[in-house]
Amino acid sequence: MLNRQGRPTIAAGDAPVVASAAEHHTFTGNRALQQIEPLLFEIGSTERCGVDLDEPAPFTARLGALEAAAPVDLPALSEPETMRHFVRLSQKNYGIDTGMFPLGSCTMKHNPRLNERMARLPGFADVHPLQPVATVQGALAVMDQLAHWLLTLTGMPAVALSPKAGAHGELLGLMAIKAAIAASGEGATRNVVLVPESAHGTNPATAALLGFRVKSVPAREDGAVHLDDVAGLLGPDVAAIMLTNPNTCGLFEPQIVEIAAALHAAGGYFYCDGANFNAIVGKVRPGDLGVDAMHINLHKTFSTPHGGGGPGAGPVVLSERLAPFAPVPFVRRGADGQFALVEQAGEGDAAQAFGRLTAFHGQMGMYVRALSFMLSHGGEGLRQASEDAVLSANYVRASLADLLTTPFGDRPCMHEALFDDAWLKDTGVTTLDIAKALIDEGFHPMTVYFPLVVHGAMLIEPTESESKVSLDLFIAAMRDLAMAVKRGDVERFTGAPRHAPLRRLDETRAARQPVLRWTRPQPVA
Amino acid sequence: MRYLPLSGADREIMLGRIGVSAVDALFADAPPECLRDQAPDLPRRKGEMAVERALGRLAARNVSAGSVPFFLGAGAYRHHVPATVDHLIQRSEFLTSYTPYQPEIAQGTLQYLFEFQTQVAALTGMEVANASMYDGSTACAEAVLMAQRITRRKRAVLSGGLHPHYADVTHTVCGFAGDSITSLPPDVAASEDIISQIGPDTSCVVVQSPDVFGNLRDLAPIAEAAHRAGALLVAVVTEAVSFGLLTSPGAQGADIVVAEGQSIGNALNFGGPYVGLFAARSKFVRQMPGRLCGATVDAEGRRGFVLTLSAREQHIRRDKATSNICTNSGLCCLAFTIHMTLLGGHGLRQLARINHANAVALADRLAALPGVSVLNRSFFNEFTVKLAGRDAAEVVERLAACGVLGGVPVSRLLPGAGLDDLLLVASTEVNTDEDRAALADALAAVLGEIAAC
Repeated sequence: MLNRQGRPTIAAGDAPVVASAAEHHTFTGNRALQQIEPLLFEIGSTERCGVDLDEPAPFTARLGALEAAAPVDLPALSEPETMRHFVRLSQKNYGIDTGMFPLGSCTMKHNPRLNERMARLPGFADVHPLQPVATVQGALAVMDQLAHWLLTLTGMPAVALSPKAGAHGELLGLMAIKAAIAASGEGATRNVVLVPESAHGTNPATAALLGFRVKSVPAREDGAVHLDDVAGLLGPDVAAIMLTNPNTCGLFEPQIVEIAAALHAAGGYFYCDGANFNAIVGKVRPGDLGVDAMHINLHKTFSTPHGGGGPGAGPVVLSERLAPFAPVPFVRRGADGQFALVEQAGEGDAAQAFGRLTAFHGQMGMYVRALSFMLSHGGEGLRQASEDAVLSANYVRASLADLLTTPFGDRPCMHEALFDDAWLKDTGVTTLDIAKALIDEGFHPMTVYFPLVVHGAMLIEPTESESKVSLDLFIAAMRDLAMAVKRGDVERFTGAPRHAPLRRLDETRAARQPVLRWTRPQPVA
Repeated sequence: MRYLPLSGADREIMLGRIGVSAVDALFADAPPECLRDQAPDLPRRKGEMAVERALGRLAARNVSAGSVPFFLGAGAYRHHVPATVDHLIQRSEFLTSYTPYQPEIAQGTLQYLFEFQTQVAALTGMEVANASMYDGSTACAEAVLMAQRITRRKRAVLSGGLHPHYADVTHTVCGFAGDSITSLPPDVAASEDIISQIGPDTSCVVVQSPDVFGNLRDLAPIAEAAHRAGALLVAVVTEAVSFGLLTSPGAQGADIVVAEGQSIGNALNFGGPYVGLFAARSKFVRQMPGRLCGATVDAEGRRGFVLTLSAREQHIRRDKATSNICTNSGLCCLAFTIHMTLLGGHGLRQLARINHANAVALADRLAALPGVSVLNRSFFNEFTVKLAGRDAAEVVERLAACGVLGGVPVSRLLPGAGLDDLLLVASTEVNTDEDRAALADALAAVLGEIAAC
């Protein structure tokens, strides 16, 4: 795929690059601000370096026989080249700061830069996790304050901060449940986890990883999980249910309190997937619903940046019954007001702790950002944010309901509006085409084909960060697309995107002939 | 509230379009007794200055590593991060983007992931690497699970030189998943006989080098013994700068290599976020956890990148997935990639040489103090010091009181193991001769019970 000048060339059978009909060729292949950027390995060299490093004073190596004979074969770029390389790459990305990013289930809200500044204070960023605790009292105070906000907002008695993502939090919650069941002597028999068909894929994956048998709770036509369906599956073998609330269809589960009570009566636990907590902060406390464990995605609800796929943070709030099994480490405040870290399972406060889920103490950088977000909003601001998120989603729903189709009728949604593809039937246009056409209109697409229980799902989560002007433009664009579908302008969709840096990518080829790293081109013999 | 664009008038118009009179009508499915009519009992909102004051006060209660002579390691290392790195990772288009599920408008993320995978594969001496894990410790547990899937065996053997947190995470995760784990006792002298522990039921042996005590381990004989028994060698590296100077784990026969990548491009951050590196032989690629980025072409034949081989992952496979992971450590792996781009192979080697030289200088200096001995025969930038008859945790506290962060007492990681007189000391490129002199002087004073500071 590469020629010897190090430029990416055309891959498929040396066919020439064909510009889209509306475009002109350029000599370089660049198009003004859209620049082709080779891989760094194609423009770098092993002769260059972007860092000036002095020669150390003479020393006698103590590496035994394990010193490598030669440097690792990786090219470098000088500093200006590095800057340009990554700035150009950044320009091929869509972020929240670029425009509306209504990716359902992902809560792409504004990321305040104040939070970045706070996380970079040397007192937080330049602190080692194993310093004497007397030298990190401020860091432990951040963890303590974050815990206080999370407990107050959820109405729960305990929180474990260390998980590094939502799925990592699920792992923690189900481990605590498994540990509690083992402690009660039912470990051998209570081994089923109920998961609704509408659940995030991480839910069944987590349960299966821990050796639970996954039983599916069927989807109903109204998008809700029904008490009858759950009750029919309950028994002495059921360890827990994993229920998302508000659920992935964008609805508050109407029977959630009854389902929790039924679970508890049958000796099981209620794990709540808190991915959609942004809909109810300051409005409903999960603790009042009967939740035993719930992870909170700090990178969703509390705005720590998604960063192109991480790092996240997924603290888990726990009920009284599960709290003793929380893993190490955790922070304790002594009578003298000094904070201590409990780092060893099996001792003292951590006598029943089930173990450890990560080295050190979790995502400190994310704790600072989330706390900065909370302090900025205050209690009433967080409540207002959730109300605005729900209001905006319903505004989108109400503004599109006459042209698109909704799977669950005209009922209000929570913070995300769900449409199906019934309105696309026999048009030649698919949900994926709508997503790609939205790219051309300057928006990031909504979540598509999730939840799985809704055919051709389009899940739109505007969040509280969009202005009315922005919402109106999105609505107008969606209405225009819908009208184009009805007019039969199929070409606009199947050819999209036309204005992105690349056209649609061949995912089948990527999976069939995996190329997962660059390799140095061999000289032609 | 400065982050909320909707005005009161906007809200009224929007409620009108929806056809309800108040926002609470939209919460009608919530049980009325659970719907709160008041804001939570939490402080009122703060402006930027007030938040800066509040958090600034907390930050000031920590002793930052850069403000004192600093020698801590044990899986988290203080290195210099070029200004370019922190500028670039704060570019909006990197910082505020999502997992690249729409590749046409996420080529920036996808291309750097491809570059990251290439760098990690080269550093570890392996054929493929994934798009990163949460951190080194969780990568270690995932590697053991992966070895179990490949070998269909259930017993992993962990070296006594493995970082105790990594061992604990692996015990916890794999224990819950139904695997049995054999952990060898703490091995300060790198003298354990791990080969005799490999049996026909062994899925993998997990060996860290440099190990938690700083010793360099020769992995080749262990790899050979593991392979003879049908088991895999999982190599663990907690100091990624060491890749610059040491024979790679891949060249020594490792089948899976996991590492903590924090040292390259990332700050200490009190333990997180960090970035886990995960690499393996290509024949195992379909058993790997986490995301993979691959090259392909677009509809016009131009090269582009996508997430691929997702048939392994939870959003497709649900309860049959190779792992429950649905995120990586995107921004931290971008920082790693940018720093590695600046360094290249030659720069990394030079950086590693400086680290080693500084550690050698410090070891020689400390070994000259009465009552102090360096236990390592070999090391990279960290080694173990024995403080004859003294409690290392107490010594560290007293050093801190003297304004020196002098190392990690082994008892912090292995309480009750009878290793209370051992101290782990690391020296990287950030330490100066003055720093080393300050540690040596303060240590001499503390050990000599001299009230010098």
